[in-house]
Amino acid sequence: MNGFFEKLFRREPNSASQAKERLKLVLIHDRTDMAPGKLEEMKDELIAVISRYVDIDPDAVRIDMAQEGREQRLIADIPLRAVGRRRMN
Amino acid sequence: MDYSGNGKQMSGKVLTVTSGKGGVGKTTLTANLAAALAADGLKVVCIDADIGLRNLDVILGLENRIVYDLVDVVEGRCRLRQAMIRDKRLPELYLIPAAQTRDKNAVSPSDMVRLANELRQEMDWILIDSPAGIERGFRNAIAPADIVLVVTNPEVSAVRDADRIIGLIEAEEKGPAKLVINRIKPVMVKRGEMLSMEDVLELLAIELVGLIPEDENVVISANRGNPIALNGKTKAAQSFRNIARRLQGHKVPFLEMQEDGSLFGRLARMLRAGGN
Repeated sequence: MNGFFEKLFRREPNSASQAKERLKLVLIHDRTDMAPGKLEEMKDELIAVISRYVDIDPDAVRIDMAQEGREQRLIADIPLRAVGRRRMN
Repeated sequence: MDYSGNGKQMSGKVLTVTSGKGGVGKTTLTANLAAALAADGLKVVCIDADIGLRNLDVILGLENRIVYDLVDVVEGRCRLRQAMIRDKRLPELYLIPAAQTRDKNAVSPSDMVRLANELRQEMDWILIDSPAGIERGFRNAIAPADIVLVVTNPEVSAVRDADRIIGLIEAEEKGPAKLVINRIKPVMVKRGEMLSMEDVLELLAIELVGLIPEDENVVISANRGNPIALNGKTKAAQSFRNIARRLQGHKVPFLEMQEDGSLFGRLARMLRAGGN
């Protein structure tokens, strides 16, 4: 679109895309009635629970809310640590 | 998109216009839809459900003819017909005004359902102008609704409140609501400084039935108490009429919002954009 001029004259992304990105997050939290801080809290608890069963890297865990139409979804990506479990046994 | 029902049998549709946030154009949309539907030869009554802050009467230019109001009907001080103010321009357009000085709890959702059911017998369309907010007045307004229109502006606060209200409409089993985006400024959208129709639709994820550009003639026609949809020539006027057509089940394409491509139009836009 007018990306060339944008790069030339501005550093900030235009305000419409800022509005859209901010609204995306706000609406997710409004719809689920879950404050942004609560999501972090839940993430920590989930990590603690899962760690009791499998070996995971807490820093690699990603838990996010996603919007699909008017449906909200909690998406968790929890990479397992490659442990040679069999060999260890 | 056929909301027009089965025609012959006289059972009017109840359409509620709401928004969450105030000042986005609910009353203007209600007045213009009512005028456009009545101009298409349909019997239309609009009800101002904003008790204590009535405005539909002034937008329609009927403020001097009020004798009875919604609360008078509900409390049995007059017959329904007596509270229906007939428009001078369109013989089948009526207004039931809100009470201006009454407690807003004078009317309940079941009162509204009863009233709407009575009006369904004689009218093609019953349009209800909801108050802003999510309290009693809003619940009254959506209680009898067959269709709920949510009006928003392409601004963060209006979109956020629209989303909240859409959720509440779903929870009341009155959904899915349909969306009208009002006061869009194509020049700002083009500059990337206003949410576009596509942005708003992606965020709210409901069906669009109207897209209305910002137009100072809407203010001018409100000053005169003469809804712009009646004989206005501007895109906003046409947009209101198009919504009325869509509600009757016609497939009407959305107007191209971009302004004219004439040399003068382009020059004016360049000057505006340059001046910021």
